[in-house]
Amino acid sequence: MTTAALAVDNARAWRARRLFRRFASRPPAVVGLVGVILVVLIAIFAPLISPYDPAHGDYNHVFLAPFSAGHVLGTDDLGRDVLSRILQGSRSSLSAGLAATLLAAVVGVSFGLLAGYYRGPLDTIIMRATDVMLAFPFLVLAVGLAAILGPSLNNAILALAISSVPGYVRITRAEVLGLREQDYVQAAIVNGAPDRVILFRHILRNCVSPLVVQASITIPTMIIGEAALSFLGIGVQPPTASWGIMLSSAQGYISQAPWYALIPGVAIAITALSFNLLGDGLRDILDPRATK
Amino acid sequence: MTPRLAVKDLSVRFGTDEGEILAVDRMSFSVEPGEVLALVGESGCGKSVTAMSVLRLLPSIASVSGSILLDDTELTTLSTAEMREIRGRDISMIFQEPMTSLNPSFTIGFQIGEVLRRHEGMSRRQARERAIELLELVRMPAPRSRVDEYPHQLSGGMRQRVMIAMAVACSPKVLIADEPTTALDVTIQAQILDILRDLRARVGTSIVLITHDLGVVADIADRVEVMYAGHKVESGPVDDLFANPQHPYTVGLLGAVPRPDLAGGIQVRLQEIPGLVPVLRSEPEACVFAPRCVRATAECREAMPPLELLQPRQHAACFHPGSRVADYSEGVSA
Repeated sequence: MTTAALAVDNARAWRARRLFRRFASRPPAVVGLVGVILVVLIAIFAPLISPYDPAHGDYNHVFLAPFSAGHVLGTDDLGRDVLSRILQGSRSSLSAGLAATLLAAVVGVSFGLLAGYYRGPLDTIIMRATDVMLAFPFLVLAVGLAAILGPSLNNAILALAISSVPGYVRITRAEVLGLREQDYVQAAIVNGAPDRVILFRHILRNCVSPLVVQASITIPTMIIGEAALSFLGIGVQPPTASWGIMLSSAQGYISQAPWYALIPGVAIAITALSFNLLGDGLRDILDPRATK
Repeated sequence: MTPRLAVKDLSVRFGTDEGEILAVDRMSFSVEPGEVLALVGESGCGKSVTAMSVLRLLPSIASVSGSILLDDTELTTLSTAEMREIRGRDISMIFQEPMTSLNPSFTIGFQIGEVLRRHEGMSRRQARERAIELLELVRMPAPRSRVDEYPHQLSGGMRQRVMIAMAVACSPKVLIADEPTTALDVTIQAQILDILRDLRARVGTSIVLITHDLGVVADIADRVEVMYAGHKVESGPVDDLFANPQHPYTVGLLGAVPRPDLAGGIQVRLQEIPGLVPVLRSEPEACVFAPRCVRATAECREAMPPLELLQPRQHAACFHPGSRVADYSEGVSA
């Protein structure tokens, strides 16, 4: 490796170290990061660490209280191990959160780039369409779409993604409007750069920070959304475990077995909180306007 | 010798909400190979608009008429894709503001190399090597380590050198420099002008220099075109024009330059030109400068004077030409 290349690596490493230090000096952000890593690891290794088959019921041991022999978090109305189901449920929650966010970001950013860069009638059409979508509350729109698409995890993801596209379109467009007037964009045009290069290299590259922040804020919304759709029966379908489904079946037994409703609720809350804390931390370190 | 760049009867109109604005009116000029032509005038005279229209960079609200020939190519009728090929390869541009003209997310070597990869089909490695050579050419200190730095690590003067390196990467035929030294301090200005002179000698690039700094013009330009309110009011070789200005606007501009060498230690009040550059809505029926001119007579308010050869190599558009210093203390008759 040449010395110059080493210098680049050093500069990058220095920048990364500085970002890391700024991140590490924010305890809530670190807590969020640890929580997110834990949830991700749990989701990945759920089948290996589950003590029981999450779909296997044992009718002789229904509604065992938490900390009973062999069942740390007790059993549910069909005698299934709650811990195993929570672990398995983390998979639907996380995959919905991540996949829906990714999908929404790709679609939303593309439309935002087009609208902001080309302006004109295209901009008007795209922005009015997002206005129409924004007229519906997020969850109402997602529920409506999921009901039309039919109940399944994939359709729930699709419905959630579509519902949060407008946010990405707006953020991207706003950024692009500012960036397209930058002198370096003019300079790139003067140097004969085609639109594709200007859009992706000079504009998109420079609006990554707010988009990363937006993504980290969308993920918990998606996780809660997935739980809500599954709770309503238009998301993940039984016997697959999902925190939303667990809540939904627990509500019938809330007086007999309150812990049964509490456990998936706490799981959702912790996961969403972790992502939120992480997102706040990322915003603090990535957004120059928020830096003191 | 055929000119490298020949602009003929260039008019630029902007359609705005408050009606049409005539930014440039039947402007003609040409630049020979290796020549430095200065476009001079106050802010709002149409200098930058003229330059932008050569590169076809004006927004869509602008309507451009006239002819712009680069060697034998008519630029006004080229397709967008053909124009893209011309930009950066045959004609390039340096901006006034070096602090914001570089993309903060990429190394300067990458940004210089981008032009080379696009127009010369170089590989990343070749482009990087050539970028180092170009940085040497613009006298960047330690180019081999600077090439991998990001814009925020460089000073304003260094960034302007990077901009120049990008602009001359493909040895363009014409380089448009829009106030290239305005944002820099004076010692850096002199270095940047040296670099431009050096490039002209080495690469044979014609330079169109847009500025309101007459010191810069005297330093580097071969010929000067003085613009006022979208019109060419005077043109000629820099020495003749500075020694013997004909148009009262040129006289006024030169009178506004501090000349400690001529004052001989006596404090002399600088001449100013009262008033502002007018905004034209249509082709003028009077001399555009008449409202601010001490020499203005009834004749000046009835017709726009044509551009005439007044001195062996100097043109001016004025009914009362001459280099006598205008006395503005008497006030302007409106």
